[in-house]
Amino acid sequence: MTFDLADRVQTVPPSGIRRFFEIAEERDEVISLGVGEPDFSTPWAARDAAITSLEQGKTSYTANRGRKDLRVAIANYVTDRFNLGYDPDEEIIVTAGASEAVDLAFRAFVDPGETVAIAQPSYISYEPGVIFAGGEPLAVPTREEDEFRLTVSALERAGASEADMLVLCYPNNPTGAIMTEADLEPVAEFAREHDLTVLADEIYAELTYEGEHTSIATLPGMRERTIVFNGFSKAHAMTGLRLGYALGPADAIAAMNKIHQYTMLSAPTTAQYAALEALSSCGSDVREMVDQYDRRRRFVLSRFREIGMDVFEAKGAFYCFPEVPAGLTAEEFAEGVLREQGVAVVPGDVFGAGGEGHLRVSYATGLSDLREALTRIEAFVDERT
Amino acid sequence: MSEREVLELLRENARYSTADIARMTDLEEPEVDAVIEELESAGVVRGYRAVVDWDKLEDEKVRAEVELNVELDRETGYGDIAERLARFPQVKALRLVSGDYDFDMEVEGDSIREVSMFVSEKVAPVPEITQTVTHYVMTSYKEHGIELGDGDEDDRLSFSP
Repeated sequence: MTFDLADRVQTVPPSGIRRFFEIAEERDEVISLGVGEPDFSTPWAARDAAITSLEQGKTSYTANRGRKDLRVAIANYVTDRFNLGYDPDEEIIVTAGASEAVDLAFRAFVDPGETVAIAQPSYISYEPGVIFAGGEPLAVPTREEDEFRLTVSALERAGASEADMLVLCYPNNPTGAIMTEADLEPVAEFAREHDLTVLADEIYAELTYEGEHTSIATLPGMRERTIVFNGFSKAHAMTGLRLGYALGPADAIAAMNKIHQYTMLSAPTTAQYAALEALSSCGSDVREMVDQYDRRRRFVLSRFREIGMDVFEAKGAFYCFPEVPAGLTAEEFAEGVLREQGVAVVPGDVFGAGGEGHLRVSYATGLSDLREALTRIEAFVDERT
Repeated sequence: MSEREVLELLRENARYSTADIARMTDLEEPEVDAVIEELESAGVVRGYRAVVDWDKLEDEKVRAEVELNVELDRETGYGDIAERLARFPQVKALRLVSGDYDFDMEVEGDSIREVSMFVSEKVAPVPEITQTVTHYVMTSYKEHGIELGDGDEDDRLSFSP
């Protein structure tokens, strides 16, 4: 007898990455550039604060929306860094990772049958999240010639004017693309014109290597229709602590909190103490990590160009997105380079429309491993050309 | 600005190749060479040394931190005393510091006896030195910003979204 699964769960195909896991398991000496998380540990001051909170027995639930002092710290931080103004009492919710916050938003704002346009390639959870919430995902492919920025023509081609919601993630996973204020303006105008709710996943905002990150919520008429997602996983190297947050208008955050209080109750308490310390004393740790990523970014981009693979100038997150040489699909390249050379990269198709023919290469790995991995990729490419 | 960047990379790992430094800074290799040459000739970069974990070796060096108190007179300043001490090859580092004593001196030798003899016969007799306190290093946990433990293992999954 097979268990009676819900249709909307069965609709979602298993992750395309599973197969690669198994190949990687069989092989020794794999250098992984397939990782979507920092290689750094959480800054020690934040870990120390978490340990101290445990020693002091701070192990109860917190307020549903998160500790007040943490929300105040978040409000100050996003004002200082990104020019975003949100009231810590009503417009901020602390969640178990930004992922939870994104899921809350889909469930709080998407009615069955509503269409959610998703700029792709992008983080793999948006589509399933929309489906679990009963919505209809609509892929909006971005293109290399636009440096994987979302454009109005991409939105129009995909028919996003009929959508109810738009999801975008910049700096982008998996391409490393960023969008400047000038890039965002026409998208914001499109959202206002077609009355779209906007979910802006800005988890990689700190990891912007040229210019300053601009949040779409700071553009005229956007605050009232946008939810901004951020968290501590990437910039503060806290993935395993599971702590993120959402910023938005009071009624929207209240709706998200309604689901959160019945499902999660409150975000992990220990992680909240770590996060508070991260915001109050780990700014220089973040800057040091960002500097390291930037050096590796330039190193990896230079190496791909030397190898002769086309790669656009990724300016954010910790990924670059080189083009697979002619004659191979992304899947074939990723499998071949893993089996023959022991280097793990992720085929771009995994991240949705527009990703085909590309590889996501993470540089959240030490320089000596990056150097060796690129040498191996070069050997793999040389054998084929 | 490129000088600062190159210096930072050398401080991180002086064995980075010119080519790798060029890749990380978006400079051309000859430019990197020129910057390094300038840093060296201007005396900003004084040398390159390995960071050693002596506990991993059989023939361990004996190291000591020596506190020195001095009394100055009209003719003799800190610089004069320092110059005299720094010439001894056993002295690996010498710094004037604030607080309870004046100089902080690092001494290295092959045995405790050798280091003790050096301090008692070469350092203590210097007329301006009024007191020496020698601390032998027992175990080192961090040197030049590098932790000497076994390090954290990378236990991340090989693929994550």
